[in-house]
Amino acid sequence: MALIDTINPLLTTGWSKGDAGWSLKDYEARGGYAQLKRILASKMPQDDLIAEVKKSSLRGRGGAGFPTGLKWSFMPKAAPEKYVVCNTDEGEPGTFKDRDLLRFDPHSTIEGMIIAGYAVGAKRGYNYIHGEIFDIYQRFEEALDQARAAGYLGDNILGSGFSFDLFAHHGWGAYICGEETGLLESIEGKKGQPRYKPPFPANFGLYGKPTTINNTETFAAIPFILGMGGEAYLNLGKPNNGGTKLFSVSGHVNRPGNYEVPMGTPFAKLLEMAGGMRGGRKLKAVIPGGSSAPVLPADIIMDCTMDYDSIAKAGSMLGSGAVIVMDETVCMVKALERLAYFYFEESCGQCTPCREGSGWLYRVVHRIEHGEGRADDLDLLNRVTDNMMGKTICALADAAAFPVRSFIKHFQSEFEYHIEHKKCLVDPAVQRAGSGFFKAGAA
Amino acid sequence: MVEIEIDGKTLQVADGSTIIEAAHQLGVYIPHFCYHKKLSIAANCRMCLVQVEKAPKPMPACATPVTNGMKVFTHSELAVKAQKAVMEFLLINHPLDCPICDQGGECQLQDLAVGYGESASKYEEEKRVVPDKNLGPLVSTDMTRCINCTRCIRFTAEIAGFMELGQAFRGEHAEVMPFIGKTVDTELSGNLIDLCPVGALTSKPFRFSARTWELSRRKSVSPHDGLGSNLIVQTKHDRVIRVLPLENEDINECWLTDKERFSYQGLNSAERLTRPMVKQGGAWKEVDWNVALDYASHALRDVAKTHGGGAIGGLLSPHSTLEELYLAQKLLRGLGSENIDCRLRQSDFSADGKRKGTPWLGMKIADVSRLDRVLLVGSFLRKDQPLLAQRLRQSAKRGAQISVLHSADDDLLIKLTARAIASPSQLPAVLAQIVKAVCALKGVTADPALAGLTVSAEAQAIAQSLASGGTSGILLGNFAQQHAQAATLHSLGRQLASALGGGFGFLGEAANSVGGYVAKAVPTGAGLNAAAMIQSPRQAYVVLGAEPELDCADGAKALESLSKAAAVVVLTPFKSQTMLDYAAVLLPVSPFSETSGTFVNTEGRVQSFYAAAKPLGETRPAWKVLRVLGNLLGVTGFDFNSSEEVRTEALGGQPEFVSGLDNAIDSGALNLTASATGFERVADVPIHFADPLVRRAPALQQARDSAAPAARMNASMLAKLGLVEGGSVRVGGAAAVTLAAQLDTALPDGVVRVAAAHSATVALGAMAGVVSVEKA
Repeated sequence: MALIDTINPLLTTGWSKGDAGWSLKDYEARGGYAQLKRILASKMPQDDLIAEVKKSSLRGRGGAGFPTGLKWSFMPKAAPEKYVVCNTDEGEPGTFKDRDLLRFDPHSTIEGMIIAGYAVGAKRGYNYIHGEIFDIYQRFEEALDQARAAGYLGDNILGSGFSFDLFAHHGWGAYICGEETGLLESIEGKKGQPRYKPPFPANFGLYGKPTTINNTETFAAIPFILGMGGEAYLNLGKPNNGGTKLFSVSGHVNRPGNYEVPMGTPFAKLLEMAGGMRGGRKLKAVIPGGSSAPVLPADIIMDCTMDYDSIAKAGSMLGSGAVIVMDETVCMVKALERLAYFYFEESCGQCTPCREGSGWLYRVVHRIEHGEGRADDLDLLNRVTDNMMGKTICALADAAAFPVRSFIKHFQSEFEYHIEHKKCLVDPAVQRAGSGFFKAGAA
Repeated sequence: MVEIEIDGKTLQVADGSTIIEAAHQLGVYIPHFCYHKKLSIAANCRMCLVQVEKAPKPMPACATPVTNGMKVFTHSELAVKAQKAVMEFLLINHPLDCPICDQGGECQLQDLAVGYGESASKYEEEKRVVPDKNLGPLVSTDMTRCINCTRCIRFTAEIAGFMELGQAFRGEHAEVMPFIGKTVDTELSGNLIDLCPVGALTSKPFRFSARTWELSRRKSVSPHDGLGSNLIVQTKHDRVIRVLPLENEDINECWLTDKERFSYQGLNSAERLTRPMVKQGGAWKEVDWNVALDYASHALRDVAKTHGGGAIGGLLSPHSTLEELYLAQKLLRGLGSENIDCRLRQSDFSADGKRKGTPWLGMKIADVSRLDRVLLVGSFLRKDQPLLAQRLRQSAKRGAQISVLHSADDDLLIKLTARAIASPSQLPAVLAQIVKAVCALKGVTADPALAGLTVSAEAQAIAQSLASGGTSGILLGNFAQQHAQAATLHSLGRQLASALGGGFGFLGEAANSVGGYVAKAVPTGAGLNAAAMIQSPRQAYVVLGAEPELDCADGAKALESLSKAAAVVVLTPFKSQTMLDYAAVLLPVSPFSETSGTFVNTEGRVQSFYAAAKPLGETRPAWKVLRVLGNLLGVTGFDFNSSEEVRTEALGGQPEFVSGLDNAIDSGALNLTASATGFERVADVPIHFADPLVRRAPALQQARDSAAPAARMNASMLAKLGLVEGGSVRVGGAAAVTLAAQLDTALPDGVVRVAAAHSATVALGAMAGVVSVEKA
């Protein structure tokens, strides 16, 4: 499996040595912590720093794509106690870029967080790392020790008078803890359940204090942006979609893995980088932004470029950049059943529509897949998703609804075939052949 | 103020209001489940979704703050579609077992399903089943009905003060449950039943006994603690089978303590006395009323004639109505006795004659919530006045500083700013230190008697908190009022309050602790107080509504004196073996539910009520019994035709608040010398043993708060005596009792805590004082 293959390596520059290049000295050798030193030495005004980030048009890499500089500027100046929190919960199925960022280059995230702390006036930060990657969490702890020993963390960093400390916190694997307010609740030791907003974290965040919370990739990009300048970073991508983006390509490609490409790279190019379709099969569909993004059929995605605006125009979301590629051996009903089950399991149970609706969706898709579908089931699914969407505290209900609606919208005939004939349109033998668990032709 | 429009009607609402509050102001109902005005906003049920102009999605009315010019549509197509969608989701996994659900007929889900539900569901899958939980003897669970609104969870965390319930698991598997193996033990647990919008949490004692529409209901007033919580008493076939809170923001808000809610079971106790009884030749006989009244009046007249009126003593329960207390004292005074008292658990009466008026809370109950600095002196507040504890809990959350001076550091579930824990004999000295420190901080001249005191760090911390600004209140609890130097604590408390320029008051122990003074049910002149008439045995006693062995400061001595008396006339709703031993006549009188009457609560508020049920058997309202006794004994001024006439005479009119409330006292010289060698007893009155009614409520008696008394000591005291927890310990007072030793880290050195008001500890005698403690 190729982990690294980029056009313009930026965030992934340090990945080339694999597990041998993550430590502080390697990072410093690559020019790491230079931006922090520069900012501290020049006592760069906070507003200038935020302006530079705004200029880069960096948008949140966690999935929602909110402009990072704007988010930072929401932090109240006067508040005495503020926090910076990094979201490495990365629970979206198909996403594994943050894992590798912390594995191969944890210090870029650390430096990004320290700079963010400086920009928003926070003295403490937390990185919330999901529990399934415990070894990565341990590596991050080690990296923190290195940074602390080198004087990049703690009181009076590099004699600048600025103090900031950073802590790692690992979760236990709940998808909902990737929702930023659910994550804050979890850090506080409570059950991970999203909070009603407003108030937003910038006013009422961790322990009720103003908090800036960003994705790992967002923080990791900060040192690079400041190194090359906001304008230059923006120009790597396209207007309103600045910089490069990491895509976690999975599914039926020859070389699944993380690929860093400039925003606006054609999907076809990304697919080519990932080695093209496995076994030379035909592309059927792609989920372009993690499991909660609406699926796009082959003909639509092949015309898209990989950036927020293009994917949104096509009716989906760039999301976290998890590109799930499905070939012609996939039964879309079965694929949807799997997704519906995930959201049924991961709903936090707080809001009625999501708690009750996610189970309802799963059960109906399950019965269609198992030959017990009814003629009006597709109408029922559309009605239930309609009743769920936009009626809950967080976006999990929408995340559960989008796949259902998009699968039905783009592959309605396949669902209808399933209901009518009580079996898959795609021959089970073909499905098995396409599965990674069986050798091709063994069925 | 901002101006908004709801369903086309414009109105002005306060900044920061939510849409649901604004709608309420306008009288527009927005359906909801998780929202409750006294709890934090959860916004999880999603039933209150409404349309807001310019918002792309429906918004939860409970959580959306109003903004100027906002236009809200609660019944638009979008809003109703959202509300109906949520209702469908709520019902798909609900068992719809209304025919066998206790909540049927008073169920928010049932009611709203009529308006927003469909007649049939498209959900044809298997429904969720959730295992029931054991929350203790009071709250029954049917968790399959739960809609996860989390009101119960928020109640325990926010109102009761400790998160005894939580939601475990995720999504459809989410379950509300207590900690594993634990029950819900808050003294406010019954409110969960009211809060639950479905039939998941219902009343265990009431379970399956009636439908709401079969019940008659009457407003009433709680006969227990000094707050006088407002009640709705519900009856079926003239039996009280349920008590609910009647909302009164000035007193109990929308809450009730478990004691107030479930004590009604005692009304139906097998120990109810239903026929008059007299003892003849050592044998008890049930007799007609005229025989019993004749017997009682003769007995009292004989003693009065032979020994003088002073040979009669009247021990009156402070849980009696104002009318009963008034007539009882009038009867006794008519017989020539001044020995009348309703302050049965008090032991220091030296304030009598020095007091300027009736001791009271010193402020309105609602004002307690507005205090910024509070010192609680000698109070088991959470068990003695749970709803005042609740108010202070909320105050502490908004930043009020609460401090405690007490002999036990019980967890009040209130964030305390400072505390001083000392043995009972040391309390006056520590309070004096606080006074001295506050005087110094405020630049006020202190009482010269305090000159020699050294201020401890704890006292200084309390003083600093009190003197740090805002309105202050010094509140003396039941323990301080029962203290052997209660008058000294009273004087010092007053001095402290005046140095601070703040409030000062007493937390009323019983429903008529204030009313007793108003009804003149206290001795005047040379009359004997409750303790004195027990210490100097009388020839005859009139006991009204009390069980002196459990309700007096020295139960053992009380029992001894009653047993020696020639005639004891008891007016009581209950009989007990002890009563049969000492009494000569038992007159069955109505408990609060079967008589009209009045309680004057701790803030001096006059609250009258009617009978909720017919008197049981031949029971009669005590005011009628006393009136007839007065006539039989030829006492003048006993021509009352109604309890209202009695009340008017007692109060001199029909005021909302009684007059003559005044906590001022001529203190004289302060006595701060403390002498106690050996173990001092700290006696609390356990919440479910405080009065004859609650002692007979079976479900409450199974609650954790009703555990048998133990000899509680801190670790060093246990070690000193070579005791281990659970081991036997002999505590010796008037007589010795053997109890289990129990570790109580909340106690200071030199103290053993043994609960009063319990048959197991009666023999110990006085609640306050020194006892011997040894390994048994």
